[in-house]
Amino acid sequence: MARITMRQAITDALREEMQRDETVFIMGEEVGIWGGTYAVTRGFYDEFGEKRVRDTPISEMVIGGAATGAAMNGLRPVAEFMTINFAFLALDAIVNHAAKVHYMFGGAIKAPVVFRAPGGGGRQLGATHSHTPDVIFAHFPGLKVVSPGTPYDAKGLLKSAIRSDDPILFIEHATLYQVRGEVPEGEEYTVPIGVSDVKREGSDVTIVAYAQGLQVALEAADQLAKEGVEAEIVDLRTLRPLDMEPVLESFKKTFKAVVVEEGYRSFGIGAEIAARIQEEGFDYLDAPIKRVAQLETPLPYSRELEQMALINKERVVEAVKEIV
Amino acid sequence: MDKSTLLDWYRQMVLIRRFEQRSAELYQQGKIGGFLHLYIGQEAVAVGTISARKDGDHVITAYRDHGHALAVGSDPKNVMAEMLGKVTGVSKGKGGSMHLINVEQRFWGGYAVVGGHLPLAAGIALAEQYKETDNAVLCFFGDGSTNIGYFHESLNLASVWNLPVLWIAENNQYGMGTSVSRASAVPEMVDKASAYGMEGKSVDGMNVIDVFEATRSALGAIRSGEGPQFLEMITYRYEGHSMGDPLRYRTKDEVEKWRDDDPIGILERHILHEDIAGKEELEAIDQSVEEQIEEAVQYAEESPLPAPDALFSNIYVEA
Repeated sequence: MARITMRQAITDALREEMQRDETVFIMGEEVGIWGGTYAVTRGFYDEFGEKRVRDTPISEMVIGGAATGAAMNGLRPVAEFMTINFAFLALDAIVNHAAKVHYMFGGAIKAPVVFRAPGGGGRQLGATHSHTPDVIFAHFPGLKVVSPGTPYDAKGLLKSAIRSDDPILFIEHATLYQVRGEVPEGEEYTVPIGVSDVKREGSDVTIVAYAQGLQVALEAADQLAKEGVEAEIVDLRTLRPLDMEPVLESFKKTFKAVVVEEGYRSFGIGAEIAARIQEEGFDYLDAPIKRVAQLETPLPYSRELEQMALINKERVVEAVKEIV
Repeated sequence: MDKSTLLDWYRQMVLIRRFEQRSAELYQQGKIGGFLHLYIGQEAVAVGTISARKDGDHVITAYRDHGHALAVGSDPKNVMAEMLGKVTGVSKGKGGSMHLINVEQRFWGGYAVVGGHLPLAAGIALAEQYKETDNAVLCFFGDGSTNIGYFHESLNLASVWNLPVLWIAENNQYGMGTSVSRASAVPEMVDKASAYGMEGKSVDGMNVIDVFEATRSALGAIRSGEGPQFLEMITYRYEGHSMGDPLRYRTKDEVEKWRDDDPIGILERHILHEDIAGKEELEAIDQSVEEQIEEAVQYAEESPLPAPDALFSNIYVEA
């Protein structure tokens, strides 16, 4: 085991998959000579050449669509949107084409494309560059939406995504790139898509989280433990298809739940999880399910204001204390 | 052109026209649902272009796709079954009129968001370039598509990456009910191609021989490394944008004027005038097409509906 950053874990996954399979290639804005605006593909251009590490014009619609077309015709593209905010421009290519071709042509074709997109708030990038719109993409059957919260999962999930025959949006929270975690050295592994994972065991409350929300939840759980409350944390890892089993299993033990997400509360992941818990675990409900999410405002530039809108450890601790 | 080629083109064009006419009837009878966009008037474009491709070349188009589906050689039975939403349809009843496909013939389907398939064409071409083949992609779209962002991003990328795409603008004069002059800053589609380093060529899209020659030459240019090419086919759709079009945007005189240049009529006159075949031979083709269409309709009507479990199949490859 080595303690590496999430950035390194993603870089390693990409490199290993490109070494393993000639049909895997990368395309996107500044992925080549620049080395990726988040430095994820640094060195790839020299290592793999311009055929497999392709700088595109600033043209999200064609990045989304051409990656899909290349996937339909036998390649395994990993298309990078510089940030998920720009993927809005490619929404049609993603949800109307990548996510639909297999179904609407009766299974005749498939689109094994991976869209990578860094996202999230907390970096003073202002209203248009700070979205956590995961739920928008997770709304559509046909697309799989993955968003890891640890380096181990990031590497294993990205490898699974590249090997998958389905179109996958792989969302990387940009504040997690520096987060370190244990990843096996020189050992091949993958993490299955569509499987939630218990990241911390506890008996007093279930905290459901993913991506950056997972890190916030882990910090909150440490704080709560000092105060005698043991939280169990279920990491969703994949938003669609959503694996509710570990969530329900945990809930049937704790009878209480808090859902943590960086996106907005309205129509959010928390709303979905809460609805499913009451549908499938109503008899176990001991308290209202709490939601910790982004406040309902565009994100401002000023650091203090921005932080007020985002989730944090204190808000999770507070939410837990309201129900335990 | 030898006799068998010309007669085959004639047969294909009549097949498409009769297929469309029967589809309109079935739509009016409520047997075809959703939207129905007829290709009548544009037959020479699909037939002339697709006849010029070689094995390995790809075809992709928009939602006015019946002509292309038939021109690549799809069995009219399975195409008609798709129109009727039957499990024997080319897309198993899940696509309908706008989403026909034939992967064996490298026809990647009809796409219903204007311009949405242009980047797919670029990607399909990228895969061929990546695999170092000499296959090209024939990408069809209407004049209306040239005003959407997808068009500009896709043509630009194709040129920057030297992708083997033949862009084929079927200029039928209207994007739905809005004429080219009311929607496009420049009247000639080829002028838009020139912005992306492609010298486009404008072709009489009602003359199948001209269409074929222009396509063959453009595909040759792609294969000799000259990069993506652009053809503008000047054509006309006789029917509305889709069934139920009130046709307020054009006059009957205008439609009649175009009908004088009917693509089937032009080819028929050529065949007769050049003594390539006699009237009886053409009538025999008409008759056999008629029978083929009736068989297709019967097959489609008698085919079963998709089973209920088809609703949830093919959402993902890996469940």
